[in-house]
Amino acid sequence: MLKDITLGQYFPGTSLAHRLDPRTKLLLTVIYIVALFCAKSFFSYLLIALVLFTGIKVSGVAPKALVRGLKPILFIICFTAVLNLFYTPGETLASFWIFKITKEGIFTAFFMVLRITMLIMGTFLLTYTTSPIALTDGMEALLGPLKRVRVPVHELAMMMSIALRFIPTLIEETDKIMSAQKARGADFESGNLIERAKALVPILVPLFISAFRRADELAVAMECRCYHGGEGRTKLHVLRYKPRDYLVLAAYAAVLAGVLVLARFGL
Amino acid sequence: MNPIIRVENLTHTYGIDTPFCRSAVDSVSMEIYEGEFLGIIGHTGSGKSTLIQHFNGLLKPTSGSIYLRDRDIWADPKKIRDVRFQVGLVFQYPEYQLFEETVYKDIAFGPKNMGLDEAEVDRRVRASAAFAGLGEDLLDKSPFDLSGGQKRRVAIAGVIAMEPAVLILDEPSAGLDPAGRRSLLENIRAYHRERGTTVVMVSHSMDEVAENVDRIIALANAGVVMSGTPHEVFSRARELMDVGLNVPQVTQVAMELRRRGVDVDPAVYTVADLRRALGALKEVGR
Repeated sequence: MLKDITLGQYFPGTSLAHRLDPRTKLLLTVIYIVALFCAKSFFSYLLIALVLFTGIKVSGVAPKALVRGLKPILFIICFTAVLNLFYTPGETLASFWIFKITKEGIFTAFFMVLRITMLIMGTFLLTYTTSPIALTDGMEALLGPLKRVRVPVHELAMMMSIALRFIPTLIEETDKIMSAQKARGADFESGNLIERAKALVPILVPLFISAFRRADELAVAMECRCYHGGEGRTKLHVLRYKPRDYLVLAAYAAVLAGVLVLARFGL
Repeated sequence: MNPIIRVENLTHTYGIDTPFCRSAVDSVSMEIYEGEFLGIIGHTGSGKSTLIQHFNGLLKPTSGSIYLRDRDIWADPKKIRDVRFQVGLVFQYPEYQLFEETVYKDIAFGPKNMGLDEAEVDRRVRASAAFAGLGEDLLDKSPFDLSGGQKRRVAIAGVIAMEPAVLILDEPSAGLDPAGRRSLLENIRAYHRERGTTVVMVSHSMDEVAENVDRIIALANAGVVMSGTPHEVFSRARELMDVGLNVPQVTQVAMELRRRGVDVDPAVYTVADLRRALGALKEVGR
């Protein structure tokens, strides 16, 4: 069950998608998302899907792993689809009791599902091919200008990288504690809502204790190495754009332009 | 002897369909006999922990089967909880799973899940606390106020309290000081002697295994490489070292003595054995 959550998991590799500058990849993801939300027609979705599939192909990430990442949000996808299906006004195709299905509804529902699915897959592509450290590095660099207006960019980036770093650890820990309690006959799968909530106590208490313990240890370890925040800190790996970064960015920008033009002509 | 647990051709693969795909246990067949004290040894990553989590159905085999008293434990997946009550598993560093307000309540968690009545739960909590070497005065304390060693004893008592037919301990003495180690192992030995139930101990301390168990199964690279009495296993020192394991320290001493020309039998596995062997040598010398 917990193994289905692949959020923030990184698959090491050496493909082009892995080697791109993290800043580039973040920008690409932003462009991708903007394009996805501007897309209004079949052709623009086709164009974006093409980009997504090229991305997956280039990254060498198993498509199955991407599909598995969709599982946790399957409910949201179905929910939006159903809502859109029944609540979009327009030309009625079929109706029963208080429900009616419209032609527009079917289209909207279909595009909504497509949009959410592609959104998740596109962002997963980013986290699958970029290590959490590179990701926060890129984020910090991109948000750098905000330092001028006293936004604690470095501190935020550090908090984010610590959080990302601990997601897999805590998942593993939860798994271990769950197994240990199951070995003592704990039952997480049956009973009503209250019983199930109660069954979580044997997991949550040890999990919180260990999370606090880890936080404490990490704080001590950081202080031992004289960590003092962003001021005057230099990087071991300085980010540098390479020609391939500009090329891929240009390609994505072209796709976004294409989608916008298509939308302009109502396609 | 009757096997209480029988493993047939067990394979467990992690991360199927990801780049991390890897078999932690690869076509393992083995048996655990009624009433024995079995030691499982293996280097880090040899699949020990994965293997033992199959014995009580926490992990489902990718292929192969596990039989408990000749019944396939996965024949009826709904009854897997009963298997867990019969095969008690104590994880590595079990003190991190404590959660109740008092030691008593924490030990009672397992028996309560079994649906036993108050009186039986009380009897079991007290009996298992005694086996684990916990005094009555500790039962009302918060488990978080105890020392590391005491916490571990609470966790072990929590599993013993289910009165399982097989007790599996994953590295029970890891991270304890020498005195804590000795007394914990003494408690486990006493438990095995008095209850007469099957005990399986996973360890990578050869000395601990040599001192305690009746039979050894050695794992390496996701498979069983050796099995037999401590004598049979430790007499194959060369092979053990080739797979990243070792022989007990006393055996190393005996081997070294022999290399330097002292005519001592290198087949000694405990301090008592070595003392006897050296004593015999002295007799001959006289």
